[in-house]
Amino acid sequence: MKKTYIYIVLFLGTIIALVPFYWMIATSLKTPVEAVQFPPTWVPAHPRPENYADAWRAAPFARYFLNTIFIALSALFGVIVTSSLAAYAFARMEFKGRETIFTLFLGMMMVPMPVYIVPGYLILASFGWIDTYYALIVPWLVSVFSIFLLRQHFRNIPKALYDAATVDGCSDLGFLWRVAMPLSKPALVTISIFSLLASWNSFIWPLVMTNRDAIRPVQVGLAYFIQEQSTNYTLLSAASTFVILPVVILFFFFQRQIIESHMKSGMKE
Amino acid sequence: MNKKKLFIRPFLYLLPAIIIIAVFRFLPILYVMRVSLYKWGMGGAEKFVGLGNYLRAFGDLYFWQSLTNTMWYVIFVVPLTILFSLLIALLLNSKIRALGFYRTTYFLPVVTSIVAISMVWKWIYHPRIGLANHILSILRIPPQGWLSEWRGIFEIMSGRNLPNALAGPSLALLSIIIMMVWKSIGYNMIIFLAGLQNIPRHYYEAAEVDGAGRFTVFRNITWPLLSSTTFYVLIMTTIVSFQVFAPVWLMTGPPAGGPLGTTNVLVYYLYDAAFNYSSYGYASALSMILFIVILSLTVIQRRMVERRVYYE
Repeated sequence: MKKTYIYIVLFLGTIIALVPFYWMIATSLKTPVEAVQFPPTWVPAHPRPENYADAWRAAPFARYFLNTIFIALSALFGVIVTSSLAAYAFARMEFKGRETIFTLFLGMMMVPMPVYIVPGYLILASFGWIDTYYALIVPWLVSVFSIFLLRQHFRNIPKALYDAATVDGCSDLGFLWRVAMPLSKPALVTISIFSLLASWNSFIWPLVMTNRDAIRPVQVGLAYFIQEQSTNYTLLSAASTFVILPVVILFFFFQRQIIESHMKSGMKE
Repeated sequence: MNKKKLFIRPFLYLLPAIIIIAVFRFLPILYVMRVSLYKWGMGGAEKFVGLGNYLRAFGDLYFWQSLTNTMWYVIFVVPLTILFSLLIALLLNSKIRALGFYRTTYFLPVVTSIVAISMVWKWIYHPRIGLANHILSILRIPPQGWLSEWRGIFEIMSGRNLPNALAGPSLALLSIIIMMVWKSIGYNMIIFLAGLQNIPRHYYEAAEVDGAGRFTVFRNITWPLLSSTTFYVLIMTTIVSFQVFAPVWLMTGPPAGGPLGTTNVLVYYLYDAAFNYSSYGYASALSMILFIVILSLTVIQRRMVERRVYYE
């Protein structure tokens, strides 16, 4: 096949991948009258950036954003603490039942997320946690995938390093914090990317576990906003644009790490 | 060092993870099994019904409809995703310029939230003033109802009435399928690209010496050596596709799952049973059915992977 054909196909693919994003931004800048014209216009005739301010004020988006940031950072902190401790035990300590517990942990990865929504809701309801941050954070303080990934990294640290550190009076926790963690930076980057992306984009869990605006994360807030303003496509587009903006910016800065993390996680299985 | 310390310390390290996993990953599985055996409402267990909820599913036309819709969804999404992501991966793997640019662009839909994406696509599919119908009108194709069209696509294409089983997924479901293929191509393209880069170069060099054509090289080298990647993508896409939920909640209705229940998929149906009708027992039985379907797929995948590793 000639190179030209390859570029033509790839270019068409790019258009298809980007048009929905372009359409969202174009609509977000149109006047309500222009937005409902048919045939539609490709470029807004009188760009109306005020749509963004209007959308921002039409629902408590500042609150949604703060909620999401709080939830995402708490979950990330928890995942790093619990995974590094557990992975360290699995990788560097000898104890009875180690393989059994590890296999049980891995087995939990085979349970699809939607299976959890009904029992998860009932259990959290019995704790009185529905409509609280606990419901959105505590179940996600552990990630089996992260334990698995860190364990692989910790295992590759030479034993000589450990012996040298302990001779110098370094404790296990000290070794984990000062030697093992800094040596596992690539794994920690992957874990952070997945944890933050998952928190930012998570939808079905917070949808089920929240009923009031005050604690809703941004995706659920946006979803109800879309339902309420169902036909007001200029505002909906503006709101959707600022909701995806943080992830898109993050993606452009860390695209290599993000894409390679997905690559690695796929091939690990 | 005393023995007791050696024994207790690992468990202290594991404790935080064990508590969370026990309470929020393991317990819910036991709990959903238990609840599935009861008539379970707002106030908790009302009556033990044994396998009653499962039997109810077998006689429930809406359950069968949701299962059929889910099957159509899987049958369309999986091959289309594999086809397009493999095609793009192959093109990207042929020493082209600006590889990074294309990789980034195709990956963008993957990291974008399903909520925002569903909103734009619903707007694109607007039956009167949407972009999709505008593009069709340029191509001189009559406008379509998209998300509001309940007729099966084979019925629409053939222009006559077909029995239900042959009508195919509704155009509304196909609209969701198209969007989800668009969203998942980037991820699977990346997996294929990694697989392609693992194929040793010397096979291709040998083929070049023999003067093999592009198609021959693909059929005799790329496809067989890529088979484990393809199999992984096949199973993972199938597993993920069985769990489709968000676009149905976000794009269809009211009531969601419409028009005429033709976009009502399994996970939406169990969500509906639990959170709109408070039938937690029935919803739990549906969750178990979903779990069993997906678990069997996972087991098949593990078996195949083990076998491959064993023979190599």
